[in-house]
Parts: sequence; C-alpha cells; structure tokens
Amino acid sequence: MNKDTAHINSLENEAIYIMREVAAQFEKPVLLFSGGKDSITLVRLAVKAFYPAKVPFPLMHIDTGHNFPETIEFRDRLVEELGLELIVRNVQDSIDQGKVKEESGRYASRNMLQTTTLLDAIEEFKFDACIGGARRDEEKARAKERIFSVRDDFGQWDEKNQRPELFDMLNGEIELGQNVRVFPISNWTELDVWSYIEKENIEIPSIYFAHKRKVFLRDGMIWSAEDGIVYRDEDEEVIEEMVRFRTVGDMSCTAAVLSDAVSISKVVEEIRDSSISERGARIDDKRSEAAMEKRKQQGYF
Amino acid sequence: MEVLKIATAGSVDDGKSTLIGRILYDTKSLTTDKLEAIEKTSKQRGYDYLDFSLATDGLVAEREQGITIDVAHIYFSTKNKSYIIADTPGHVEYTRNMVTGASTSQASIILIDARKGVIEQTNRHFFINNLLRVKDVVVAINKMDLVDYSEDVYNKIKADFEELMSKRDYQDQNISFIPVSALKGDNVVNKSENMPWYSGESILDHLEKLDKADIFNVGTPRFPVQYVIRPKTEEYHDYRGYAGKVYGGNLSVGDDVVVLPSQTKSKIKEIYFYDEKYETASRRSSVTITLEDDVNVSRGDMIVKENDLPTIEKQFTANVCWMDSKQLTPGAKYTVQHGINKVLAKVDAIHHKINPDYSGIEEGVSGLGMNDIAQVSFKLNKPIFHDKFRDHRTNGSFIIIDPQSNSTVGAGFIQ
Repeated sequence: MNKDTAHINSLENEAIYIMREVAAQFEKPVLLFSGGKDSITLVRLAVKAFYPAKVPFPLMHIDTGHNFPETIEFRDRLVEELGLELIVRNVQDSIDQGKVKEESGRYASRNMLQTTTLLDAIEEFKFDACIGGARRDEEKARAKERIFSVRDDFGQWDEKNQRPELFDMLNGEIELGQNVRVFPISNWTELDVWSYIEKENIEIPSIYFAHKRKVFLRDGMIWSAEDGIVYRDEDEEVIEEMVRFRTVGDMSCTAAVLSDAVSISKVVEEIRDSSISERGARIDDKRSEAAMEKRKQQGYF
Repeated sequence: MEVLKIATAGSVDDGKSTLIGRILYDTKSLTTDKLEAIEKTSKQRGYDYLDFSLATDGLVAEREQGITIDVAHIYFSTKNKSYIIADTPGHVEYTRNMVTGASTSQASIILIDARKGVIEQTNRHFFINNLLRVKDVVVAINKMDLVDYSEDVYNKIKADFEELMSKRDYQDQNISFIPVSALKGDNVVNKSENMPWYSGESILDHLEKLDKADIFNVGTPRFPVQYVIRPKTEEYHDYRGYAGKVYGGNLSVGDDVVVLPSQTKSKIKEIYFYDEKYETASRRSSVTITLEDDVNVSRGDMIVKENDLPTIEKQFTANVCWMDSKQLTPGAKYTVQHGINKVLAKVDAIHHKINPDYSGIEEGVSGLGMNDIAQVSFKLNKPIFHDKFRDHRTNGSFIIIDPQSNSTVGAGFIQ
C-alpha cells in the first residue's frame, strides 16, 4: 500500500505545479468541466493548488444536452459548495444556429459536435488556456500529447509540430488568437484517478456506482434505455441490469458495464482487476483506429 | 517510491517498440481490447507472431511509415512501482526527441541489435544519456535469439560498449548489460532459460530494485516562487503564501533563508500543503511557504538556504542542444526560460560544436542547426540564480524560446 500513496503524491505534486503555472502564465484560463471523474479530480487539484485563496479561474461546461441528469445535478452542487464560477455553453445552441448538423441513425452522437461549441466559447470569452482532464494512458494519440499543447486559431492540433517539453519547464508563450490546452493529469492512469478519489474522499456522480438501470445490448456493449437519448431499434430488447458507467460523456456514446461496485473502494478493486480499457466502452473511438487523432486535429478536446 | 520514468533509445529496427510491447504483455498491462486489436492487425498483415510494436506506435503517420516519430508515453505498474516509459525515436535527425525524453527520466534503456553490435547510433544514444545525466542506464542487447543466444556475441558487445564508457564525462552513471530477446521474451520481464551463462537480472527485475538513492541526486534545496497566494479574505487578511515546488533537497520550518534577487534574509515560518501544516517540505513537493518577515517576493524570485547560495549572474556558458530548423547564430536574441524564470538573452559566442558520438569537437562554427550540440555563451538582461547542471539537474538547465515563433527551440545545460 506504501507504493500507492508515494506515487499518487508525486502525481499530485506535479499536477498542482501545472495548475499554478497556468494561473501565472495566462491571462484568461478556464477549466473545462464535464462532470466526469477526471474533471472532478482537476477541480480538487485546483482547490488544493491555491488554498486558502479561491481558484483563480472559472469552470466551463460544454453541455451536449445528452448528459446524464445525475451529472448535471452533481455539477451544480459542486460549484455552489466550492464557490466556483461556472460557464455553460450548449451544443443545442450551435445546432439551432445552424453551425453544426445533428447526426442521425443508430450511432448518432453529439460528441463530435461539441468541438464547434467549444471553439466558439473560447473565442467569445477570449480564453487563452483551457485546462482539461485528458490522460496519456487513455488512447494512443493522447500518449503523444504535451502538457501545454498549443492550438491555432482553428483549434487545430499539429501533432508533427509540437513543442518539446524538457524537465519541468512549461512554455506558455502564444500569439493572440492561439490558445493552449493544458493537461495536468497527463501522467495519471485511470486507476490513479480512482485511487486519488478514494484517498481524498472526493464525491462523484452516482452513475459511477453500480445501480439498477433499464438497458439494451448492441455490438456486445450495454446501452442505457432510459431518457430516450440513445437510438434503439424496436427489436433491441430492454432488460434491467446492475450496471455502472466508467466514463460519463455524452449518453449516446457511453456504454455501461455490468458491476456490483457500489462504493469507491469496490470500484478501485474492480478497475484493478479489469481487463477492458476505459475507452473500450466509448463507441466514438471504435469508428476507426485513427478516430481520436482525427478528432484532435479538428480541435476536439 | 515515486513514479519511475524511463527513456528508451534504439536505432530503427532495433526492436524498441517490440521491447516495450513485450514489457506490457508480460506484466499483464495490456487490456483485453488492446490485445485483441494487436492480434487482429497482426493477422491482417500476415504475421505469424504478435506484433507488440502495435501497442505503442500511436500516430497515423507512424503507422503508415512503420516508424515512431515523436515521444510517446506508456504507462504500466507492478506491485512495487508505477512506471512511465518515454518512447523516443532513435534516428539521427531526432536527437531533440531523445534529449526531451531523457530530460524527465531517471533511468534509460539503450537497445543494441546483437547482430549489428555497437554502431555509430549507439554512441549517440549513450552520449545523450550521459550528457543529460540519467542516473541508471540499462544496455539491452536485443535479438539474442538471432545469434543463437551466444555468450561470445554478448561479451564482444559489452567490451565495445565499455570502451565507449571510458570516454564519458559523467562517471557516476550506473550501467548494466542485459542480453534479451524482446520478440521471444528472454530476460525482459522473465529470466531466460536460453542463456544459462547469464547470471544477472531481467530488465524488469533490475528496474524493480532501483531505489530513490539509485535514481535521484541529492543536492541543495532551491525554491523558485511560482505564484504568490493572497486570499484577501477576512480570515486570511495578511496572509502571503509563496507557492512553488522544492527542488534538490528539503526545506524546514525555522530554516534561515535568503530571497533572490533582493538578497533579503528571513526565516521559514510555516510550510503548507493544502490546509495542513508540515515541519518539512521534501524534494519535489508542491507546497506553500510563509516567511517570518514581511518581505517583497514575486513570481520568479527564489528562496534558498542562507548558507547555500546559487550563482547569481548575468551571463553563463552552457552545452546547448538546438532543436529548430532556423539556425542559432552569434548575436541572436532569445528568451531563456530557467525553471519558471524568463529572461532576455543574447548569444555571445558559439565556442565549439560537440559531436554527439564521441568523435571530438568542431571549432569555428558560425551557426547551429537542428540537433546540433554545442558550447555556447549567453548574456542576459537580468541575472538568474543557477547551479551547474552537474550539481543540480533542475537548477542547472534551461530552455530557449524564439520570441518570434514562441516555440521552444533549444535546451541548455549550464557549465
């Protein structure tokens, strides 16, 4: 058990250092908050980095309109308890303005549409740094991401022209119109995040824990049949199972896993023994092997 | 134990990605869906074995060319430790990536193809690891299965490498030789039965045994102030906390300190981590310090122990690794970022280029191109508080930023 604390502590120290660099190097940083465990972890790290002062930047949620209701409830409570500023921008507005077109069919998802709403919000508020909870262990293209990742006016990621990052030194110099995506928990694994949540006793949305839910099966994955957001064919039968979610993204692309883990320690245990990687339950990556890289080039988180 | 970061270096086709894939496979770090993807792709390509390199080669461009073109980070853990591998490419033109990967690593693995032995590339890989003062180096002699697991081949390569070691600048580097087959799994995680003549450890066993003392140099404490915390609330009306990360050694409450550059003396009053007070802040912890006296401290200042001052000067000489296609020339102006502190710098002189393969130096150089390493002098617009790189890996290094492109164009190690 000794190993866990020491290595989680070193990851925490690194993340706090990055948070402080963001506050010092940028004029208008923002923390991108999805209501998921990674962004909740970021909030905790930000609170610790600046204590006893308040977190010196707002949170921003790009709401797909397809969120689990539990996530939104949780978000509003967290913001109020910690006295944080929250900005919400809606994908629905981008759709209504005709900037993006809703996908249709079996695999329809609003996940891709978030990018436009995000880029518009960055421009609206003139954010020069967006803190995100992406981790290098999630996916192969993310493994090459920098801690300070420069995006151009179009939010694009140029993976062949990334700044080298040496030692602890973070270069946040940018031109007007550019912005930097910052990833303080780059070096954390999924298990590290869960271990941290357990160690710090951080509250997370209830859908991360095992609960009874009406679901249906497709392509070997379990989909929520509640709230009517995930497209379901008539012949896809609805059953009730004990499930939990490993990520809380857009409902339309987030599958559940069968689980009996009703507490954080049970979840940590389950993750430790688990043999399916976290993104294995995200249909947006399964579209093709290069799916994530393509989305990142277009400015996706 | 903290997370152990390992850099890897090897030439094209030395089997570096395969080695990393093998480590992941044998430590059961590959998840079912990742393993399935590897099996599927290996089969599609008609291989009769599992191509573990698929576990790491991330970007589309790389998959098309079949080579690794940037630093990728790979994570795995055992019961004892958590590891991060920085997978850096080994071609000549990618010195900058190797330097980058080695800068954050405490250990490194240099791969040698047993059929080819020590080649010019090996010199470069070793040179950079030695220049960056990576404390523990594993020389993995790979593809032993293709040389009939021959002890003679291993001994010959070891002897050649030892000759190289005699030329090194950083003598305290710990170097071990391990004969492996990444493809077959010999001595990577599990001890090989094919080489009874080798009595040493597997690569993983070696890494597992590394202790803090094996990978970190203990030096003098340096505390660059990152951020001044002033809550301006009723409860914390007069609170001024100096947030930063402690480098090199520990700081304790009651220590007599000096704030640079003002040279004001004070004492450490409190050390906070979040809402808890501590007596001591240990190396690499991100803490908040308060001082006994009402001193004016701002970002970029450095708090150090009174009896242990760094060098305070407006010029220095350093070994520079150049990382940009636009040349570095004498007289050119850059921003030097030393830790978190940024100063304007002018290139005073390029003394000589250093061939990164132990073949000597080149004098009379008019400019530095991408991947060149050279001894360069700089003049600064205000002083920095530095140590020699050999004494302090963090406080002796800096990066160079091009003020026009804002890009990081070089790294330097102060002499």
